[in-house]
Amino acid sequence: MEALIIILALAVVVWVVSGPLRHGEDPEVAEAGRRAALDAAKDAKYREIRDAELDWRTGKLSDEDYREQDRRLRAEAVEILRELDRLSS
Amino acid sequence: MAVVGRACLIIAFAVTLYGIGAAIHGARPGNRRFAESARRAVYATAGLITFAFVILEIAFLRSDFSFATVATHSSTTTPLFYKAAAAWSSQEGSLLLWAFLLSVWSSVVLTITRGRLRDVTPYATAVLLGFAAFFIGLLLFSASPFDTVAGGAPAEGTGLNPLLRHPSMMTHPIALYSGYTLAAVPFAFAIGALIARRIDAEWIAATRRFALASWLALGIGLLLGARWSYVELGWGGYWAWDPVENAALLPWLTATALIHSVQIQEKRGMLKIWNVSLTLATGTLAIVGTFLVRSGILDSIHAFVEQGNTIAWAFTGLIAIICAGSIGLVVSRRALLASEHRIESLLSREAVFLMNNLVLVAITFVVFWGTFFPLISEALTGTKHALGPPWFGKYIVPLSIILAVLSGIGPLLSWRRATAVNTRRNFVIPVGIAVAAVAVSLALGSGHRPAAVLMFGACAFLLGCVGQEFWRGAGARKAMSGESLPVALVSMVRRNRRRYGGYLVHAGVALLFVGIAASSAFQHVTTPTLQVGQTTNVGGYAIHYDRPTAGISTHDGRLEKINLGSDLTVRKNGKFVTRLHTERGYYPTDDASLGVVGRYFEGEQTSEVGLKAGAARDIWSVISPDTDPLKNVIAQGDKVFGNAKNLPPQMGAALLGQAITGIVDRYKRNPPPAQFRFIVSPLVTWIWLGALVILFGGVISIWPPPGGATRRVRAAYMARVGRESAATTQ
Repeated sequence: MEALIIILALAVVVWVVSGPLRHGEDPEVAEAGRRAALDAAKDAKYREIRDAELDWRTGKLSDEDYREQDRRLRAEAVEILRELDRLSS
Repeated sequence: MAVVGRACLIIAFAVTLYGIGAAIHGARPGNRRFAESARRAVYATAGLITFAFVILEIAFLRSDFSFATVATHSSTTTPLFYKAAAAWSSQEGSLLLWAFLLSVWSSVVLTITRGRLRDVTPYATAVLLGFAAFFIGLLLFSASPFDTVAGGAPAEGTGLNPLLRHPSMMTHPIALYSGYTLAAVPFAFAIGALIARRIDAEWIAATRRFALASWLALGIGLLLGARWSYVELGWGGYWAWDPVENAALLPWLTATALIHSVQIQEKRGMLKIWNVSLTLATGTLAIVGTFLVRSGILDSIHAFVEQGNTIAWAFTGLIAIICAGSIGLVVSRRALLASEHRIESLLSREAVFLMNNLVLVAITFVVFWGTFFPLISEALTGTKHALGPPWFGKYIVPLSIILAVLSGIGPLLSWRRATAVNTRRNFVIPVGIAVAAVAVSLALGSGHRPAAVLMFGACAFLLGCVGQEFWRGAGARKAMSGESLPVALVSMVRRNRRRYGGYLVHAGVALLFVGIAASSAFQHVTTPTLQVGQTTNVGGYAIHYDRPTAGISTHDGRLEKINLGSDLTVRKNGKFVTRLHTERGYYPTDDASLGVVGRYFEGEQTSEVGLKAGAARDIWSVISPDTDPLKNVIAQGDKVFGNAKNLPPQMGAALLGQAITGIVDRYKRNPPPAQFRFIVSPLVTWIWLGALVILFGGVISIWPPPGGATRRVRAAYMARVGRESAATTQ
């Protein structure tokens, strides 16, 4: 019984680990990974925009500083969106 | 099933070695499928180690004493709850737990980052598998959990160390090991980023939650350890600067610094070298922590850990490789690690965060030096000299006061540069609260403890800053959305979990620091020897020794321990305050040389603390009964039962039970004077409350926002950015 369990475990491990070597990489995974990275960057940028707004509303940023920061962050977010568009097309 | 467990470890070891090779090979262009295979090697390792861990747990739960580790760390009288925890009370079980947790977190991070960070992940995979190979190697070649007892399973095991029979011991090691193993994840990705020359913020974003989870888990572990020390160890303290406690505190401190400084890299592209160094330091200190716990090279309250020379040397080698590799990589990539911006003003959040980081690193250095000083002094002078709490206090107290002040200042400033007008407006209320707190504590007569007064002021300032942030944030939210103030407060926190979770952590730190300062500076201790009916005074309370207590605890018909204790009444100014019960537990030992009866009194002992905890102060008591007057009768019993070896076993056990009951009753009828330790400490509860607030804030910070809320927020900002996009296109 114990020998059977060990052989079974070994077979499953070999089958799982050798999978990519038998089939190669899924190309969709690579593209999905790039998209996920851009999505994460986009969310992080939106978070920065929101943080700057909160700082301004709680009196830590002057109007002028806030306008400058908000403009810059939105420009950076636009760049990320464009890159996402390029990936889609 | 021990054979299956061992086979799982052998296969896992082979898989990790293969995975390391495949990952490094897969990092080269065109070999991506090998990197993918290495990722699956991590999953396979996790599956095998989990299987092995389950086999060991089942052996403990079934009291299968054919497993050597079960025979030496459990017994049939060990309660089921503690049988499950006994698995990691042993050297080999705890190393298996480490490998299990590491393999699980490695699998989680590689699933999350699948397809992302394609240059970095293969190297990170190799590092994670390298750690796994190290621990599985230890399990195979040095401390096997699947060794079996030669000559068949014994009928009874040695039992779990009584000191470990406390509920927090079920979770304390898991929390600490989770913290240590989670720290390996950012460490591995930092190494990967350095090798792949991808030193942007992406690897930080991918592993930030793991760093936070590591910090949170270490915090939980430290809290549970402190609580265990307070209610179980019988000395009345929650922190002793013990090397093993310090071992968990060190990576927690660097992780705290890291959590703050990564924000500067994410926001401003600065402090890259600092963040990489902190990440590598946290990972290395996690290994150092494991090393200190498992090697027993330093004298510790964790004296139940077996000394292991092989393990000590193996860890020393690993730590040397990690340190040399980390330093070499950072130095060779220093040009890539240059900051994209400079700090523009000292009056900016990043400048204060950096100062806060420097203080945290200074505290880390003090704790590191104090922890390893016994080894350093032994190497230089041949004698071990330990540094006690006063030495630590001399440095840690002023640094903690500065830390509390900086923790308040940072969030009130904006990034890049704060204007003088805004700064003045933001600091008026917190400074006012701090001044009021100092005035009140001086009025209450705390002037003879200036450090404590300064700490109260610093913490009041910090609480004022946090309170003001919540108030203004909720006010801003209310103005924007028209929600009521409570609803605005909740939705503000929901939408800004990282920020407001962090503020809650700061508030918790303030409560914790106040509790530590008050209980350390204004504690009253006495250690009287009392007869029944006598009274002693401590901290304004009169404690009366009412009566002795004595009894026997059994489990499944077997004697688990003998309890000798006392009932006490506490009064203040003649008025009843509370009743306390404290006792000492005597566990039997297997050492037959101590006598048939004597072995029931000469084994491990534990203290059950009598505690009245309150928001203002704790009244803590512990008894140390004098069993010397019982020695004659115990010796007589040893003699009688030693000469009666021919008695039938059942009759012998019954007579022995009667004899022990008789001795216990004798103690109760004629109690000798007992030594007590009474402590009256103010605000100890604030420590536990503060720690819980810290953990609550940490959970809020780490908790991912609900999908719906993310989409709504994303839609709102996408609309604004979309307008910008349209404008710039036109």
